[in-house]
Amino acid sequence: MVKRFDVRQQTGFVTMAILCFVLLYLPIVTLVVYAFNNNDSLSIWKGFSLRWFHVAWNNTLVIESSIRSFQIASVAAILATVAATMAALATTRTRPYPGLTFKYAVINQPLMVPEIVTAVALLIVFSRIKIWTGYSGLGYLIAAHTAFCVPFAYLPIRARLENMDLSLETAASDLYATPSRTFRHVTFPLLWPGILAGLMLAFVVSLDDVVITEFIKSGGQDTLPTYMLGQIRRGVTPEVNAISTVFLALSVGIVTVFFFVSRKRT
Amino acid sequence: MANASEVAEKAERDDIRSRWLLSAPALLIVFLAAVGPLLIVVVYSFLTPGNYGDVKWQFSIDAWVNVLLERDVFDDTLSLAGAHLLIFWRSVSLSALTTILTLIFGFPTAYFIATRPEGRREIWLFLITIPFWTNLLIRTFAVEEVLRNDGIINSTLQLLGITDHPVQLLYTNFAVLLGMVYVFLPLMVLPLYASMEKIDFRLVEAAYDLYATRFQVLRRIIIPLVKPGVVAGSILVFIPSLGAYVTPRVLGGGTNLMIGNLIELQFGQGRNWPLGAALSISLMAIVMVALLVYVRNTTRLDGDHG
Repeated sequence: MVKRFDVRQQTGFVTMAILCFVLLYLPIVTLVVYAFNNNDSLSIWKGFSLRWFHVAWNNTLVIESSIRSFQIASVAAILATVAATMAALATTRTRPYPGLTFKYAVINQPLMVPEIVTAVALLIVFSRIKIWTGYSGLGYLIAAHTAFCVPFAYLPIRARLENMDLSLETAASDLYATPSRTFRHVTFPLLWPGILAGLMLAFVVSLDDVVITEFIKSGGQDTLPTYMLGQIRRGVTPEVNAISTVFLALSVGIVTVFFFVSRKRT
Repeated sequence: MANASEVAEKAERDDIRSRWLLSAPALLIVFLAAVGPLLIVVVYSFLTPGNYGDVKWQFSIDAWVNVLLERDVFDDTLSLAGAHLLIFWRSVSLSALTTILTLIFGFPTAYFIATRPEGRREIWLFLITIPFWTNLLIRTFAVEEVLRNDGIINSTLQLLGITDHPVQLLYTNFAVLLGMVYVFLPLMVLPLYASMEKIDFRLVEAAYDLYATRFQVLRRIIIPLVKPGVVAGSILVFIPSLGAYVTPRVLGGGTNLMIGNLIELQFGQGRNWPLGAALSISLMAIVMVALLVYVRNTTRLDGDHG
């Protein structure tokens, strides 16, 4: 082996990059460390304790809003993924046909519009519907979350489909498999990693939403992020750090699974 | 023969029809809970504010006038609405600065990842994706804790004896800027990396062999090749920055508002829904202009290659 000239020797760049990673993680690490602080203050360290995790665990508002977050995220992610899978099947592996661009535009619309604008729009519409129907349940939040989760679920599924050629499906139908059997035994198993990735993205995106939820929730419908936003406004104790830490651990867990699922693509 | 082509045509029509049916649920839900309501916002911007929020169904263009002008209470003359202009200016300038700063930090980071050996790139990339997928509110809150008067920065400064009293960092434009750079950095790094990954680094080596300086290599080879990534990253950072709501609310306190907060104000204490609607449409318009610039840039780039 001849020692080659190394393009990685951009010393300034390496320093900048390392600095960047440090700065990216410093605030998060600080947040997590102070969740274990045995003190009322966020800044003065008084030894390790799980006290704030107990406080959060015994806070019914925290538990209730967490459960609500999970309910909304699960239902919205499943609905969005089903709709996105169907839409992805309908918009890939075909010659361009009339309306295809229109479909792309509609499906990706929630990514283009600032969240605050969607939030305001939904506030206007849902407050009318609330007056007309008298219904004020979680349905509004689930509908809104499903809508903005669709493009996130759609992207990985579509990417996966575009890498799958039609030969296996053609073979299946040549062997007299019905379309539904072809889908069940050929398309779906091959597409599954994409669907799973889409489902997880949608779940995380729904779980993270603050702005839209904050605008359209009815009284007593706080999700965990909107509850935390309210707490931050009122001044905080390390309890918020403890909640954040659990939340972070969960997100990191899901992203890690996602990372490995999408890596097995090849 | 004619029969065969008719059959083929019918098959294609059926195919298109089933494709429409398949995409119907996704289209319907996005239309009902995202596109449709936007159209109603346009209608609302031309109505009269109700006394307790909501609207009266009377046509009025006051909301649109009020976006940029304000009516004097005493002599009914119109003048530029200084507060609104300031907020628009703050939004646009902070978003532009955020874009530039994420580019300055993101470029070397993406380059660093792209030049790692094959197997290790994914790990570094993963380290960028983690903050990207963790809750925006939590990340903003993490920045708040670092910046507060008794936070890490101020305690370090005081420990080192640089200041004897805490420096007010929180609730300033600087805090909002820092928070947005922090929150949106991954959105810049990811597309930059995507275009750097495709660079054939033998080009860089060839340039060095031909005695190019480091600066020349950067300017003549790397930057032109990475330009699509720069454009995509800039748009991905600029657009959400413009509409930012959580970051200015948590880090800017009540005073350093951006457009997003101004809109919220109209639907909350302001009780002026038409004005809020008009401001929302204005924000959309600015975003659309940014997107158009993006589309024009990318098509021109494609033209260069083809």
